[in-house]
Order: sequence, then C-alpha cells, then structure tokens
Amino acid sequence: MPFKNLTALSRFRKLSINMTNFSRQTASDILSRLTDGSITAASVTASLSQTIRDRDSAVKAYVRLNPDLEKSDISGEIPIPIAIKDNICIRGHEITCASKILKGFISSYDATVIRKLKEKGLPIIGQANMDEFAFGSSTENSCYGPTHNPWKLTHVPGGSSGGSAAAVAADEAFWALGSDTGGSIRQPAAFCGVVGLKPTYGRVSRYGLIAFASSLDQIGPLTKDVRDSALLLNLIAGYDPRDSTSADVPVPDYTQALTNDVHDLTIGIPNEYFIDGMDPEVKEAIRAAIDVLKSRGARFQEISLPHTPYAVSTYYIIATAEACSNLARYDGVRYGLREIPATARRAAIVDMFEETRDAGFGAETKRRVMLGTYALSSGYYDAYYLCGQKVRTLIKQDFDNAWKNCDAIITPTSPTTAFRIGERCADPLSMYLSDIYTISANLSGIPAISIPCGFSREGLPIGLQIMGPAFQESLLFRIAHTYEQAVSWHKQKPELIPSSSVD
Amino acid sequence: MFSYEHNTIKKMITQDDVNYIAGLARINLSPEESQPLAQDLERILDYIRQLEGVDVSEVQPTSHVLSLKNVYRDDIPVPSLAQEEALSIAVQKLNGSFKVPQIID
Repeated sequence: MPFKNLTALSRFRKLSINMTNFSRQTASDILSRLTDGSITAASVTASLSQTIRDRDSAVKAYVRLNPDLEKSDISGEIPIPIAIKDNICIRGHEITCASKILKGFISSYDATVIRKLKEKGLPIIGQANMDEFAFGSSTENSCYGPTHNPWKLTHVPGGSSGGSAAAVAADEAFWALGSDTGGSIRQPAAFCGVVGLKPTYGRVSRYGLIAFASSLDQIGPLTKDVRDSALLLNLIAGYDPRDSTSADVPVPDYTQALTNDVHDLTIGIPNEYFIDGMDPEVKEAIRAAIDVLKSRGARFQEISLPHTPYAVSTYYIIATAEACSNLARYDGVRYGLREIPATARRAAIVDMFEETRDAGFGAETKRRVMLGTYALSSGYYDAYYLCGQKVRTLIKQDFDNAWKNCDAIITPTSPTTAFRIGERCADPLSMYLSDIYTISANLSGIPAISIPCGFSREGLPIGLQIMGPAFQESLLFRIAHTYEQAVSWHKQKPELIPSSSVD
Repeated sequence: MFSYEHNTIKKMITQDDVNYIAGLARINLSPEESQPLAQDLERILDYIRQLEGVDVSEVQPTSHVLSLKNVYRDDIPVPSLAQEEALSIAVQKLNGSFKVPQIID
C-alpha cells in the first residue's frame, strides 16, 4: 500500500509503539512490573515480537528467530526473552557461527549458560548475527550479510557480537549474550550505545561456546543498563565441571554492588591509551566522564601500561594460532558442509577437506587460519607464537603492577565511533587496530565493561571502558553504576523508523 | 624454504609460501584468492614484526592466565550422548559410523 505522507505515518507508528510496547524497558523494569502484576509475561513477549517485526528488516540483528517465541513457557522465575549470539549451542537449534561451513548444524546439547538461562525461564528470541567465527570488529564478515547500526543504518554495529548489541540498542531484545575474545562484546556495545561486559577469564563456563581462541574467549552480557548487566552475570557465572578452565571462585550477588559511591577509589588513566589517532570527540567524552566520577569523589591517577603498543600484534599471533587449531575440526567429515570435487583423487578424503574448507570459510576466516598456521609452522613457531606468549606475560605484568597504584582503570572502549559499512573491509590491518583498547583485557584475563558515555556530533554513541583486577566484576559494576546514575546517555534511544513504513 | 637472517624474520611472504601454508591448513585456495592473501599476510606480518623490538630473553611464556594444572574429574561413568543422536546430523552415515570418501589409495 503506497503512503504519500511517510512522516505522518512514521509518527503515528512510533506513537503506537510507545503506547502499547514494553520493549523499550530494561529487563529489571520488566521484572518488577511482572512481580507487581501490572503487566503479563505474554504481553511482554508479544510486544517484543512486534518490535522485531517492525525493525529487524532494517537492522538485521538476527540470523534466525525462534518461531515459537510467543508460545514459549513463561511460567519461570525470569520470563524475559533474551537474544543469543550464533556461536552458543542451544539443543535442537541450528547454530552456524555465521559460517557457511556450519549451515545445517543442529546442536545436540545446551551450552552451560543456556541451561542456566532455561532453568530461570528466559525464553530465547533467536540467534544474533556475528562476524564469521567471531573474526571481525564490524559484523560484516557474516555469511548472512551485515547487521546495521540502529543509530545510523549506513554504519556498522561493531563486532563480532554486532547482532547482539544492535538487537539490544534497537529494543529488539531486552538483553543478549555475546562472546568476547578481543573486544567482541565491548566494542559493539560502545558502537551501539549499550552496556557490554567481558567477565574475568574462567568466570563464565565456555562449555557449548563454539571455540575461537580458547585462552581468550569469554561469554558475557549485553544490556540496556548496568543493573541488567549485573543481573545477567548473576544468572550465568560460576564454576562448571564441564569447562576445565572455569574457575572455582564463589559468585557474589552482583546486584549488591550497585551502590552510588566511588569516594574511596583510585582510578588509573593509562598514558599509553591517550594517543594520536583517538577521535577528538571520543577523547572529549572520556574526559567528561572522568570529571563526572571525580565529582562523585573518585581520585584519578596517571598510570603506565608500557607494553600496550605490542598488544595488537601479540593478540593476532595468539588468537589466530589458537583459531587455526580450533577450526581444524571443520573438515566435512561429521556435520555441516561437505564438498567433494568432481576431479577428486582416489583417496578423495584430502580433496574433501580442502574443498569443503575453501567453499565453507569466508575470506577473513581463511586469512586468520592462514596467519595462525604460519605462526605455528616449523621454523616460525619460536619467532612468532612463542614470542607472542612471552609478550603476553609482559602485558599481564603491566596490569599486575598497575593494581599496586589504582583500583580500576578507565579508557575509551574504541578509538573511534562506528564506521561506515564497507569502509575498512579492504584493509584488514585497520580493522584489527580498532581493537587496540580492548584486547589487553583478554590477553591478561581481567574483566572489563563498556558503558555509554556520550554521542558524537554525528549522533553515534561513544563507549567508556572500565577494567579491574581478576574476579572484581563487582567493582566494575559499582563504578559503572555510579557513573550511570549521574548521566542519561543509556536512556537515549535511536530514532528508528519502523521499516514497514518505509517500504 | 624458510630461512633466518641474523636471527630476525626479514622474509617477504611469497606466493609459494601462501600455497605451502594453504596446504598445511587444508584449504584449496584458488589463484584469485591466494594472490591478495600474500599481500594481506605480508602487511599484517610486517606490523607484527614490531615484536622483534621487545626484549623477551628473561620472560616466561603465558599460555593461560589462570594457573590451572591437570584438572581432573572423578572417574565415575555418566551417560553420554547417544550414538543415534550424535549421528543425527551426519552428512553421510553407515552402520552407526560417519561415512567418508576413500582414505587410502
């Protein structure tokens, strides 16, 4: 049906959404309204489905929607629907890591985080888009095509958990799970104006997370505010005998950390992070955020993390080396894609491996598998991989030393705001350098959170990163919540016109 | 085919290197794919070679941030995935196994 007056129509639609739709609210708000009986779980699910129908054809946050969402069991303790990155296994669901090589893979088990969410009654909305195997910082390396930033549809949502971040920012999810190997939760959270936490390595079980780099990967929450982040971490954290790298460290109630108080804290500002190449608008926003926390009583101190300039190099050796090993399992033997060339030799299995992997992996996956294979190959192992592991020790020691002088560290999450779709595709190195502020936390295993701290003149969100010592997520929540109480960035919403009115 | 010069890695990635690595990685790259890959890898490795400037002579490698060693569970049998279920998404199966093309000449 052709409409002449699109503006009037979109105004009407936005109004009607505001009046009847609960999807703009935080999970905590929904939970308290469910508890006091002012809304029903069924109306929450219905609202969310409507928002997804209105918006996802423009945002493209999801690669797969649960067709039974509105029929979900909503009798559980926390019946608030959640989006799951397409690399976390859900029994009976297709999981692909946004890769052609896993098309048709149906998981036969639940990841531990999924089992925990199901026990609390969270319905699953669907699988969120991502860079293939989490290789990327823009969600452009997906076999399903890119996700669009809800704040500006011509721009990337960041990556690799770009679908999860965009879904939360566009109110197409109350909350979401992502995974972070070098910044893949925090950078998209910053680009989309939401809260993203990478927990301490070992805090959350990786059982059922399809592996990228096993010594760096960690599952974490993407949420609309800090309270929801704490609440979701409560649900997923803890020791799991099925993940030998999960840590047997007690899990506190993280929502208890949401006090409005930082007066006794010293926060470090690393000299090495405030470098040329940082967008002046990002710098300005971080300075302003520091002033807010100062006004709440925090002390700030310049610190040094001297090995910061080597973090990107170290990361790309270690992460690709681990990735090429983890991705060796995609060979066409057991599941997913299998390609056998017509001209196969008699011992066709090797031809099958090589053909399947050529047809199934995208360009960036091939690049990383090749880089990792090279770094591990005979004659280069010592020069690249072993050297990378040694520099990793130095980067970790930088943080160990920093904690002698400060309780937490504040940096930008990313040197720039979201870039245009296509802008960095031709130059993989420039894409890698966009992770410069986030990867050190993965290399040293420490927790880090990104929270909204402003907007560029173009209207794109800016993210503030807070890092802390291992297993000190409560401290990050405390600082982030205190800041959040003093500002309103996290309450701003993108002015998305429902795509149904643009068609 | 690989050589060091004065203990540093001063070597450009050649097309032959790319083909050799692709063989190790079991990827059948087409010529259209392997040519830009040589340039991409060279640029990335050129950046990574900055690590040559770090003195790591006295440094122990970190393979893992948690100091975990030999995490064992008690040797108690528990039910595992049923064979039928494990094979339910097999590309091809035969007599309770995954079926693959011929593996020996």
